[in-house]
Amino acid sequence: MKVSVRFSFGLAVLLTLAVLALSAPWVAPHDPLEQDLLNTFQPPAWFETGSRAFALGTDSLGRDILSRLIYGARAAITVAAVAAVLAALLGSILGLLSGYLGGVVDAIISRLVEIWMAFPPVLLSIVLAAVLGAGLHTVVIAIVVIDWTRFCRVVRAEVMVQRSRDYVASAVTIGLPPMRILASEIVPNVVPLFVTLLSLEMGIAIVVEAILSFAGLSVANDTATWGSMIQEGRQYVRQAWWLMALPMGCIIVSVLAMNALGDGLRELVDPLSRSARR
Amino acid sequence: MNPLLSIRDLALRIGGQPILRGVHLDVHAGQVAGLVGESGAGKSMVGRVVLRLQPEDAHVDRGEVAFDGRDLLWMSEREHATFLGRDIALIPQNPMTALNPVARIAPQMTDVLRMHMGMDRDDALARALESLHDVQIRDPERVLRQFPHELSGGMRQRVLIAIAFACRPKLIIADEPTTALDVTVQKQVLRLLKRLQRAYGTAILFITHDLGVVAKLCDTMSVIHAGRIVEAGPVAQVFLAPAHAYTRALLAATPRYDRPGEALQPIPAALTEQLWNEARTLDTGAA
Repeated sequence: MKVSVRFSFGLAVLLTLAVLALSAPWVAPHDPLEQDLLNTFQPPAWFETGSRAFALGTDSLGRDILSRLIYGARAAITVAAVAAVLAALLGSILGLLSGYLGGVVDAIISRLVEIWMAFPPVLLSIVLAAVLGAGLHTVVIAIVVIDWTRFCRVVRAEVMVQRSRDYVASAVTIGLPPMRILASEIVPNVVPLFVTLLSLEMGIAIVVEAILSFAGLSVANDTATWGSMIQEGRQYVRQAWWLMALPMGCIIVSVLAMNALGDGLRELVDPLSRSARR
Repeated sequence: MNPLLSIRDLALRIGGQPILRGVHLDVHAGQVAGLVGESGAGKSMVGRVVLRLQPEDAHVDRGEVAFDGRDLLWMSEREHATFLGRDIALIPQNPMTALNPVARIAPQMTDVLRMHMGMDRDDALARALESLHDVQIRDPERVLRQFPHELSGGMRQRVLIAIAFACRPKLIIADEPTTALDVTVQKQVLRLLKRLQRAYGTAILFITHDLGVVAKLCDTMSVIHAGRIVEAGPVAQVFLAPAHAYTRALLAATPRYDRPGEALQPIPAALTEQLWNEARTLDTGAA
């Protein structure tokens, strides 16, 4: 089957990130925490004053940027995968029940979502960070706790649309039991939407991790993350703009890749768009 | 002989608005009963009540729907579900939307067989193949592996007819099964339906607005207007000697191949007005 360029791009970036994250200790040229105070603010190697030893330069403490970016991919990938999947599962299951069962269940879940969405998300994560302490697990929990509502709402709406479809009525008229209808008629028709949402959420998770790192609420200072690199680079943006630009580039490319991947996956799991491209 | 399906004085309202105002209707075993009416007359709603597919805000005020001597209307949902697919099946109105778009044809056909006939996968597949032959689909092995969007409207309707006949039900409710198809395909599908109906001795409640189709296909017919049956009887009798003014008006508004030159008469506004007034009087009388 022919896959689109966007899908290949997304998959390639995601796989590269995953491989780099897993093999960081072997592929990183330096220890990301090793300071070299004689070589601070080295520009990337392609600048006139750059050096081969530090391919993407060094930061204010002389730490190797490339190595830090590679280690930063670990945090990004972990958050993107774990937080997005957990938020998606929690929200979708609640959305599915809410949309399919309706009535009291729907009323309770929908009110909960509304109250939840009224909380300012940043405030919620600051509170969580205060209670749970800084760390990657806090970021993951914060994203799950805040973003499940996104899935719940959209999945609920889609389930309600599906439930009123003729083929669901047809399934009722051949006497299929309700749980069977949910599993074989409704869920498969919600999957393309779920996949798209999930990949968008993975992009969002990477950005949220960066924001929390930037605000100093993510991992401890001794771990390299893209967000904390942007935050540190911000102070020296006039002398060494690449300190900020490089991790930002990483974030932008990853988020773009996630979105492209989502589009591609949706086409793959949806027979309608699958045949439309044939 | 007792009718297979007997609807007595069925009244239903949606959001306080009366939709059915005391419908009487009989379908005898092995016969095709036509239910004819304009859009909004309530004809589809009758079929839906039998299948319990009426909208959630619909409220049945009174009446009786007896199937094979059992009252479908007031039995538990669980008990009612045991009839669906096995004894009573539906041929839906729009074949384009009645099949699950993300599932292949095979599981959609075998579900009902495995569910009600206790067949295993292979037996059900063999039976599905056989029923596709029955509905004259070319290359049925291929069709079983295809997705609904890969089939034409006529083919999808044949698949749905095959599903409806799969468990050899006693009654099939056909809700305007040819409205969404073009005329030539319509004719083939109707012929097919008639052939299967005869072969398996199935009773059909045929809901339509097309008097021509009723004349060709049905044994008995009922004319519905504003939620009540204004005339019922054997097809030949109703066509040759319509007793009710509305039936006469409907016939005059239908093109006839045996009288091509005749101008079509619209249904007189005064008659419609009068019928609606009668219907409203019925509502206030019941309240």
